[in-house]
Amino acid sequence: MPKALKRFLLPAVILALGLAGLYVITLVYAMGESLLAAVMLATLACFVWIYTTQKAYVYRYLFPGIGAALIFVVFPMLYTVRIGFTNYSSKNLLNFKRATQYLLEETYRADGSTFNSEVVPDGGKWRIRLEDADSGAAFLTGAVALEPTEQTVTLQAAPTSTPVPDGAMSLRDLIERQDALKNLVVVMPSGTHVRMTGLHEFAPQRLQYTRNPDGSLTNNQDQSVLRPNFKTGFYETADGEQVQPGFQVDIGWQNYTQIFTDASLREPFGRIFLWTVVFSALSVLFCTSLGMVLAVLLSWDSLRFKGLYRLLLFLPYAIPSFISILVFKGLFNQNTGEINLVLHGLFGLSPTWFSDPFLARTMLLIVNTWLGFPYMMVVCMGLIKAIPNDLYEASAVAGAGPITNFFRITMPLVIRPLTPLLIASFAFNFNNLVLVNLLTGGLPDFLNTSVPAGTTDLLATYTYRIAFQDSGQKFGLAAAISTVVFLMVAAIALIQIRATRISQDDKG
Amino acid sequence: MAIVIDKSQRWRIFAAHAFLIVLCAIVIFPLLMVVSISLRPGNFAAGSLIPKSISLDHWRFALGLPVTGPDGRVTQPDLPVLLWLWNSVKVATLSATVAVLLSTTAAYAFARLKFARKKAALTGLMLMQMFPTVLALVAIHSIFSRIGHAFPAIGVNSHWSLVLAYSGGIALHIWIIKGFYESIPPEIEEAATVDGATPWQAFWRVLLPMALPILMVVFLLAFIGAVNEYPVASILLHSQDRLTMAVGAKQFLYAQHYLWGDFAAAAILSGLPVSVVFILAQRWMISGLTSGANKG
Repeated sequence: MPKALKRFLLPAVILALGLAGLYVITLVYAMGESLLAAVMLATLACFVWIYTTQKAYVYRYLFPGIGAALIFVVFPMLYTVRIGFTNYSSKNLLNFKRATQYLLEETYRADGSTFNSEVVPDGGKWRIRLEDADSGAAFLTGAVALEPTEQTVTLQAAPTSTPVPDGAMSLRDLIERQDALKNLVVVMPSGTHVRMTGLHEFAPQRLQYTRNPDGSLTNNQDQSVLRPNFKTGFYETADGEQVQPGFQVDIGWQNYTQIFTDASLREPFGRIFLWTVVFSALSVLFCTSLGMVLAVLLSWDSLRFKGLYRLLLFLPYAIPSFISILVFKGLFNQNTGEINLVLHGLFGLSPTWFSDPFLARTMLLIVNTWLGFPYMMVVCMGLIKAIPNDLYEASAVAGAGPITNFFRITMPLVIRPLTPLLIASFAFNFNNLVLVNLLTGGLPDFLNTSVPAGTTDLLATYTYRIAFQDSGQKFGLAAAISTVVFLMVAAIALIQIRATRISQDDKG
Repeated sequence: MAIVIDKSQRWRIFAAHAFLIVLCAIVIFPLLMVVSISLRPGNFAAGSLIPKSISLDHWRFALGLPVTGPDGRVTQPDLPVLLWLWNSVKVATLSATVAVLLSTTAAYAFARLKFARKKAALTGLMLMQMFPTVLALVAIHSIFSRIGHAFPAIGVNSHWSLVLAYSGGIALHIWIIKGFYESIPPEIEEAATVDGATPWQAFWRVLLPMALPILMVVFLLAFIGAVNEYPVASILLHSQDRLTMAVGAKQFLYAQHYLWGDFAAAAILSGLPVSVVFILAQRWMISGLTSGANKG
């Protein structure tokens, strides 16, 4: 490549990308997504600055990766906190501008005669033939292409005396082109506007609401006035009746006061929190003890077939967890599951794994131990390898047995460097959504709760259910709960960092 | 080895073997069961571990082939297993590529270049990793539905939205690659710089070719991570033909529509390759990291 070309190529590309970016951002802003546009503008500005300034050379390497991490990891977390202070939900889904837009597009059927309609061909285009249902007077509009479009198309109608020609549009085609037909406005010779109201019917239609200069909406049908209420996020009539759709507004700490004071929410929250802690702690305990015992056994020199055992015992870690969890869901099935078949055959038992809270929790712990012990096993094996052999030689001289060795030498030396991993594992299980969501779905549910809450729900799955399953997609409430969990995770992270520092100090 | 050998040694070895064999049996029982179930006729049939009669209907279902029922009716499978697998592979390949591209340059800056607050940035990355995505699902859903208003192609229910959502989770990858770069002596690049190479050329022409093994490992880790990812995929994908295997698989086990046998076949079909790759990558990763250290 010639040097001159090379010198100008990079700035030219950046300039082109920058201009294209600005154009797209303008489009996004015009669509009313100002937050998205702002984020994009900030990203673009960073991009242009970093790739044109020599001083920012280092950031050319960092920008793509760190940028992605900031936009798709850090920003969503901050945005979660933000949503926690709003009433965002399936009832208050749209922003104010879009909700207003929606209401302004509502129509109602006005007084006046209706017309029977036929869509008749004319060359490659179509005309609408309208016949007054009462007087029988016929009208024909100008030709129209009936291409799918978002905009309203206005047509002028004129009186006609010709009967309906052959080849009028069939019902099937009418249904297919309904969207285009619905966007037609036909102006009758008398000056009234009619629109499509049925597949074979046009009638006068008027917009339901007119916007007043002060932001209120007047109902054209009964002259009542709607005012937006920015406390509740709805347009309301004079006597406080709410009109759908609502819009998003800030509601301050309301979600939080609801979590901590509303009894029907506070009680399940407390119980779920308790179970989350118990579940995480027991999971760590079971996985670690089993993993450590296995690691000790598999580090034993006199034992044969260690490689084979290791490979087999490692399998649960290698299999995608969504598959093994669903396999267990089938195996634990009350009636057809293989586990109950075995239990029934051996002991005559058939436990109701999915409908009894205690058994459901036990099942979660069994499955989670099955999934989690191989990791602890592998980690412990690495740590045991690092223990100097002379310690065991010395204890052998002193006549100590394997049990003493384990509790006096192996465990104390392994547990110190293991602590940060144990805390990390606790934090992981604290938010183990995949296991609970796929195995029990949080069921069986508590009774008497305003929002469905399950006896096996963790805080993470509880929020997931509030936001994305039953109960009307209460995103705001879910985000508030997530924020509370964020604080808990932050506390765990702090403890973990301290533990890491301590175990590193030990080494160094 | 100076472990004292006494008479109880043989008994202990025997006990250890017994314990390990029982445990291996517990680990393997579900896996063998799944194989057996996938070969049994019918979705509710109970039976022993070794099926009495073998039927390939479940495998035909998983592969999308028409199945002839006991009454002679031919039915088309109603769950597109192969399509879901393809979606998983597609999303995972794209996001693993993005992850490698983004993390390899960032890791270079952290390993070789000097800049202000490098340590703080590294700690920040580590901290970020501690907060699970699960807690930000509401925001992620809201962000992508907003993006979708402006650009439907990367909004909710698109595969690109998943690739973008996964592209931020590269902290661990940066750490791994950074560790590898640091094991390569900087003198090699310095020699190139003396010969007139820019930092970019030193990175692109000298360091990167040496780092290929670790990039493969990171690619595989990111690939497996994306195939196995469930929470984000479950909120971003809706329509049946867009789902990844991780989201689609649970549809086999709805109480009203219980396809236990078909699930078993689909589970083996999708789980086996991933598990094999994982076991291989695990070994390779350790050897890849140590071979890097040996070079230094």
